Parts: sequence; C-alpha cells; structure tokens
Amino acid sequence: MDAEVFRAWIVSAAGVIETNRDHLTQLDAAIGDADHGINLARGFTAVLGALDAAETKAATPGAILTLTGNTLISKVGGASGPLYGTAFRRAGKALGGAADVDLAALSAALDAALAGVQQLGAAREGDKTMVDALAPATRAFSKAITAGASPDDALSVLVEAATAGATATISMQALKGRASYLGPRSVGHEDPGAVSTALILGALRDAAQAGR
Amino acid sequence: MKKLINSPETVVTDALEGVAAAHPSLSVDVENKVITRAGGPQPGKVGLVSGGGAGHEPLHGGFVGYGMLDAACPGEVFTSPVPDQMLLATKAVNGGAGVLHIVKNYTGDVLNFQMAAELAEDDGIEVVPVVINDDVAVQDSLYTAGRRGTGATVFVEKIAGAVAEDGADLTAVAAVAREVNERSRSFGIALSSCIVPAAGKPTFELGEAEVELGIGIHGEPGRTRAALTPARELAVVALDAIRADMPVGGDLLVMVNGMGGTPLIELYLMFNEVRKYLAAHGGNVVRNLVGNYITSLEMQGFSVTVCQLTDALTRLWDAPVDTPALRWGR
Repeated sequence: MDAEVFRAWIVSAAGVIETNRDHLTQLDAAIGDADHGINLARGFTAVLGALDAAETKAATPGAILTLTGNTLISKVGGASGPLYGTAFRRAGKALGGAADVDLAALSAALDAALAGVQQLGAAREGDKTMVDALAPATRAFSKAITAGASPDDALSVLVEAATAGATATISMQALKGRASYLGPRSVGHEDPGAVSTALILGALRDAAQAGR
Repeated sequence: MKKLINSPETVVTDALEGVAAAHPSLSVDVENKVITRAGGPQPGKVGLVSGGGAGHEPLHGGFVGYGMLDAACPGEVFTSPVPDQMLLATKAVNGGAGVLHIVKNYTGDVLNFQMAAELAEDDGIEVVPVVINDDVAVQDSLYTAGRRGTGATVFVEKIAGAVAEDGADLTAVAAVAREVNERSRSFGIALSSCIVPAAGKPTFELGEAEVELGIGIHGEPGRTRAALTPARELAVVALDAIRADMPVGGDLLVMVNGMGGTPLIELYLMFNEVRKYLAAHGGNVVRNLVGNYITSLEMQGFSVTVCQLTDALTRLWDAPVDTPALRWGR
C-alpha cells in the first residue's frame, strides 16, 4: 500500500465521518455532550485542507498519517482531538519513511496507535471508549495476518472486529470520559468514539481494496 | 432553534469580535481565539491561563483582567480548546515567573492542557496545572473520569489571581488554587436543556414537571431525574449532596449561579433558601455571588457552590479585581 492508498483512506474517512456526522452527534447526546460528529467532521475537513496544501511534503504513508494526526490535535479539541491525533501520529511514526507498507507494517502501526491512545487516555478494554473498537480490531488483524490471510480478508476481519467491539459497548457502563458521569445510566448506549473508530477503520479497508 | 446568531459555525468568533469591541481592557486574538489583558505580560508576575469550551460565558474570558486571569482561550461551544491556543496564551502571559494553568476536570480539557504544558516547557516556560474538580454530583472513584470542574473555577480564578497580583511565586499561587478547590463543592439542577448551536436541538428532553439533578455545565445528563418541587426543596437536594461530602459550618463563600436561562429573581430566591439551609447547619455566608457566572448556554437552572473560607482566603476574595464580569475595590 503506497501513499495514494493512505491518502485515499483519509479522504474516505473524512467522507464517512461527514455522512455519519449527525448519527455520531446523536450517540454523544445520549451519554456525552452532543458534539462528537460535529468535532470530528470539522477536524477531518481541516485534514483534507492540510493534505491538499502539503501535496508534495506528505509523500509517504507515514507523513500522511502524521500530518493527519497533527491537524486533528490542532483543530478538533475535546478529548477526541488529542486521542485521534495521537493515534494517527503514532501510526505515522511507526511507518517511518517507507514508501510502501505491507500488512505486517500496517498491523504494527495500528498497534502503535492503540498504545498511544491508551497511554494518553488511560482507558482499558471494557471502559466503553474507542479502545473497545480499536483493541479487538488490531488483535484480530494481527492474528489474521499471522494465519496467512489475504489482504482483503485481513482488512475485513479488522473492520468486523471493530464494528463488533463498538456494538459490544452498548451493554457496558462507561468508566472513562464524560459518559462515566452517568454511571449505570450509560448502559444501553453505543459509545460514539468506538463507532467512529469502526467507521475510520472501515474507510481504511475501502481505500485499500479500491487501491488494488 | 431560535438563537441570536449569524450561523452556527461562526458563533464563537462572532462573539469574540463583540468582546473585543466591548472591552478595550482586553486584547482579543479572534483568529486564534485567545483573550489576554491589553498591555502584555507583567514582568515577574505569575501568569494565569484558563480555558475551556465556549458557551459558559462569562467564564473564562469575562474573568480576564486585574486581580484574576491573564488569559483565556475558548474552544468551540462545549469543546475544549486545542493545545495551539493554550500555548499562544501561555507565551503571551509569561512574565518570567511561570504560568498557572487552571483546568476544569474534563477529559478533553485535561488532555489538551497537558499537551500545551509539554509544548510550553519545550519553550522554557515553567507551567503548573491545577485541576478543578468540585462537582459532588459525580462520584470520584475508579469508575468515573473523576469529579467535574464547575463553580469553584470562579473562586479559584479570583483568589489565585489575587495571590499572583501580590507577587507570590508559582508554587505559592498553585498552592492557593488547590486549597480553594479542595475547600469548595458544587451541585447543579436543570429545569431545561440547552441547545448546542451546531446541533440545533435540545441535548436532552425534560418533561414540563421534571428536573435533572446533578447536571453538569454541558447539557450532559445528571445523576437522576425528579419531579419539580418548590425551590426550598431543591436547595435541600443540592446542599444535602454538598454536606454529605464536606462540612458546611463556619464562614462560607457561596455562589448561586444561573445556568444562563434563569431570571435573577429566581436566583435571589434560591440564594435565600441556600442561606437559610446553611445557617441551620452552622454555616455563616459571609461572602456571596448571585448571578450568571458559569453558564450552560440557555439552560434553565442553577448551581450552588460552597467554599469554606479562612481569614486569608476572605482577604484574597476581597482584594481588588477589575474584569468584565467581576469588579470591585479598584
């Protein structure tokens, strides 16, 4: 997967976040403060602008993800800005200057993203956060690659695990973030951060499949 | 949605232009959303920076001025500002004695201020953060992100600002800020939701005869929902929650704060109920604020914040202050 695929990922992610802007905001209204879709859409719009402005500078997959992360940190605010920003920055750093990324390198980059999110937000699986989508997804992805899955199959496994992880947050009580203030009242609602994580990983699969 | 706005996307910057026009004592960087005192940093004085989502006005920008904050950075409505803003504000107020970051305890605010502090330290500016967490409606336990920062923020900004104006060093200013936070507790009750401009509809629905107990300042739901009762009973609910966590005897500073859509006549009525309750439990309200100081857009409701005073804290509260929203003694 080359820079074009990663650029296409970010463009596709921006599109899917915009499409789901109101849905994510509604999920957040139930257990948070009703701005998740609004903020992420604003952030990804800024990312598209930054990518256009840096056409030549962001020439590798790693540079594209790092620019995405830096822009999200500078433009989004809230908790999702630093958390998604750190995720993309760490993934970008893990990819280094490579011009082409194989499945193993992508898996390592997603592991680095997860580690960055957990280090900053101190959330564990089961806390009803984006980690509940990202952690099972990276685990399933890595396992599929080790088992020799094709790129298409491995990416499908990644997205299915993320989506299932997001769905599983419905029955969880939030222990981190603003939803935790609700205590038991947070049960019965899907975590907006887990849902947006699954959407962004879905965009990765779509971009990778379209790129071949 | 009926609001006095031009468009949901430009609410914050349009309002900042108004703030700049209304208050020549402030220097407003509209593009970067940073409000500082006009006249630049004061050499040798600890700088005080706070920030948070917009929609809580007059917090924080209305508290920039002599005896209180040196800078404030508003984010989007109810969204923490970004590290870039906080770094700009920190640099702008650094007079060489370091900078205090006053941070309300919300995950977003804490994370962004943490990143800004690291960036400022890379630039050689000493930064100490103080996290405000006074809201007893949230259980402070392993099972939450910890208590929210609400009304005590106003007290901390005023009193830490007075200490900084007296020439105290960063360690001493931070110590007083933490002391005020530790001696303060808040509880809020909403009669209606607020409407985030970009969302365009109420964040939650409340029935005609319902109240939300333990509300935060972002329209996030509270502890529980209950039937609307007379004001004196709502005062009991709020103060019972505070008293379960902190004794309320002795000299007290009390704020009865409107959430943005509550008439002053109701806030004064509530203040009287609060005063009576506290008197019955050995509390003597020697200083007070009644009005809209930390709001939640157009939400109807109130919060009450109680601070146990010491003689030193009372003197610092009484010290001169000259900001758009708090002004006395000068």
